[in-house]
Amino acid sequence: MFDHSKLEKNSILMVVCVLIVVSIGGLVEIAPLFYLESTIEKVKGMRPYTPLELLGRNIYIREGCYNCHSQMIRPLRDEIERYGHYSLAAESMYDHPFQWGSKRTGPDLARVGGKYSDDWHKAHLDDPRSLVPESVMPGYPFLAKTPLRYGDIAEHLKANRAVGVPYNDDMIANAKADLEAQIDADSDGVDALAERYPGAKARNFDTKDGAASELDALVAYLQMLGTLVDFSVYNADENLR
Amino acid sequence: MRFLIYVPIGLCALTGLFLTANAADTGIYVHGMIFVIASIMAAFFVIKNSFDVSESGAALSGGGIAYNDGVIRAGLIASTFWGVVGFLVGVTIASQLAFPVLNFDLPWTNFGRLRPLHTSAVIFAFGGNVLIMCSFYVVQRTSQARLAGHYAPWFVFWGYQLFIVLAATGYLLGVTQSKEYAEPEWYIDLWLTIVWVVYLLVFLGTLWKRKEPHIYVANWFFLAFIVTIAMLHIINNLAVPVSFAGSKSYIYWSGVQDALIQWWYGHNAVGFFLTAGFLGIMYYFIPKQAERPIYSYRLSIIHFWSLIFLYIWAGPHHLHYTALPDWAQTLGMTFSLMLWMPSWGGMINGLMTLSGAWDKLRTDPVLRMLVISVAFYGMSTFEGPLMAIKAVNSLSHYTDWTIGHVHSGALGWVGMVSFGAIYYLAPRLWGREKLYSLAMVSWHFWLATFGIVLYASAMWVSGIMQGLMWRAYDSLGFLEYSFAETVDAMHPFYGIRVFGGVLYLLGGLLMAYNVYRTIKGHQREERPFGVPVGATVQG
Repeated sequence: MFDHSKLEKNSILMVVCVLIVVSIGGLVEIAPLFYLESTIEKVKGMRPYTPLELLGRNIYIREGCYNCHSQMIRPLRDEIERYGHYSLAAESMYDHPFQWGSKRTGPDLARVGGKYSDDWHKAHLDDPRSLVPESVMPGYPFLAKTPLRYGDIAEHLKANRAVGVPYNDDMIANAKADLEAQIDADSDGVDALAERYPGAKARNFDTKDGAASELDALVAYLQMLGTLVDFSVYNADENLR
Repeated sequence: MRFLIYVPIGLCALTGLFLTANAADTGIYVHGMIFVIASIMAAFFVIKNSFDVSESGAALSGGGIAYNDGVIRAGLIASTFWGVVGFLVGVTIASQLAFPVLNFDLPWTNFGRLRPLHTSAVIFAFGGNVLIMCSFYVVQRTSQARLAGHYAPWFVFWGYQLFIVLAATGYLLGVTQSKEYAEPEWYIDLWLTIVWVVYLLVFLGTLWKRKEPHIYVANWFFLAFIVTIAMLHIINNLAVPVSFAGSKSYIYWSGVQDALIQWWYGHNAVGFFLTAGFLGIMYYFIPKQAERPIYSYRLSIIHFWSLIFLYIWAGPHHLHYTALPDWAQTLGMTFSLMLWMPSWGGMINGLMTLSGAWDKLRTDPVLRMLVISVAFYGMSTFEGPLMAIKAVNSLSHYTDWTIGHVHSGALGWVGMVSFGAIYYLAPRLWGREKLYSLAMVSWHFWLATFGIVLYASAMWVSGIMQGLMWRAYDSLGFLEYSFAETVDAMHPFYGIRVFGGVLYLLGGLLMAYNVYRTIKGHQREERPFGVPVGATVQG
């Protein structure tokens, strides 16, 4: 019979055994997610974030929105009726890191894109209780007043490419132009933006003329959430897992 | 050779200067300065120490071993301080949920930035300091050897405090990678990795000097905690920074894989930081305080290996009904249910150690604290598997039930066992005959217990209520409640939670005062504990 006292008398042996024992679960559960093809569904419409959306997402992360808002609709009747089609793994394939969240102090935001007007978002972020009296959300009046810092936007795209997001050279070279075009629907760059990022909406998101604000970026991000996948051609049966 | 210590200190200062000079954002600018200041302080410490002829913190024990207790005394003060800070931030953010005007609509004071400050302050600052302090104390006593290294234990202590300061200031400045319980950015993660490796080496180095042939069971748990946390921390935090002088990075993993890696990390931060490490504390301090041997040696072997094997699998229960493949969810649920057994194995081993000494609960409030912590451990490790069942989780997930569950474990188990260890250590480390006041320990016990009961029950009610309201349908088949109505319904329970938290905080303050007076060598004039009113004390 195995004598446990061998382990008790040898610290290195103990460490090695502990490492082996604690590695098994992770290897069995996590490693297959990288090679099983069924892990991420086949869908049409997913694309990397536009430069403006990406910086908006970074503000979402910076302010800790994920602490209270999930981005993961479960396939339960009430959630689908409240929030829309259940979330697919494919919809967060370019998310570094993921933003599924773990708590709904506020509602799920996976498909908040297009549900409210830009004006609504602006007023709501400025003072949530002016629109929803029961809300316990903090106000973010400083976002509209803070200019968006995007001097290093190309570096952000490059870092994303390094972790696997398919930004091409064209996207990186034009990152700054694309960002500026997206907040100005009348600019010349809008067509090129739409070509590089199909379905990207260009308009003045913070409803205020002038240079990009942090509110521009955050609203641009919120307004595209959950809008990329074309569910009219999505076949759930083909993607059973 | 000791002058070589100036090399890493100098490197640290240069790194700080580089970060500040080239800073791409405010966060890294401030952090570069903190690095520089910390390096200067470290250099002063080393210089002062080199002129100090006597071995710092060397007190000969009964066995003639010069234990390094200086770093443990520092750890006790840090633990008490961060505990009070963590509870205070907790009460603050609980109040913000009850009264949102308290967010003040500023960047640095909103709930989204303060919530990670609270979780990191209680888990890593309070819990981490308790773990480092207790593991250093226990490994010396059970090995009959002085801590390995001259500067190394102090580096672990101060390096860890630097990590806490960087993380905390980062949150307020908006430096976060948004992975729960792993929010600090890439360069803070690298710093923690260095500190952690030195921590492991000091711990192992002390074991190698041991005079006992066997490694005591508490040290198995500490070893598993240190090694596994290193593995989880490194893999979960792999990232590519935007620039080497900027705080922002992008995590290497994405989407569904990132989700499972995050909760493999997140659940095992609970399993190894808040469970295995604190079980190590239980395995030393309960037998010591009860003056009884561990109930079953065989049970500790079985419970150790099965606990560390099963815990790792439980992560997917944080992702039930999400876009994570079903097979992974089912595996996670199954192993979470099995985890109930080793958890209760540990609880039984802790509680049954009191066999023949149960009467001490009446006369020893410190032992009472240690024992109720094990009771709370048993309760929350029963609730955990229950909530990991998919059907239950469909109701509980995303609600306050989860928050209540975490707090019954954190306040009940982690908090109480830490308080017990602090009360055990304070008089011994400063060579005092006994604590300043046992009556205050008893007050702390009841304040904390009532605080937890109020907190957990308020969260049960609000969580289950909100879960049921979300899925309620009216007679016409429409959703009955808007989301805002469910938020409104929770308001009274958020108030009760604040009250429970305030009680717990008061208990922490009482402990801080008691520890302070104990260190000063004071004794409170009070009736001997556990003696009925009017009874005369002999002798």
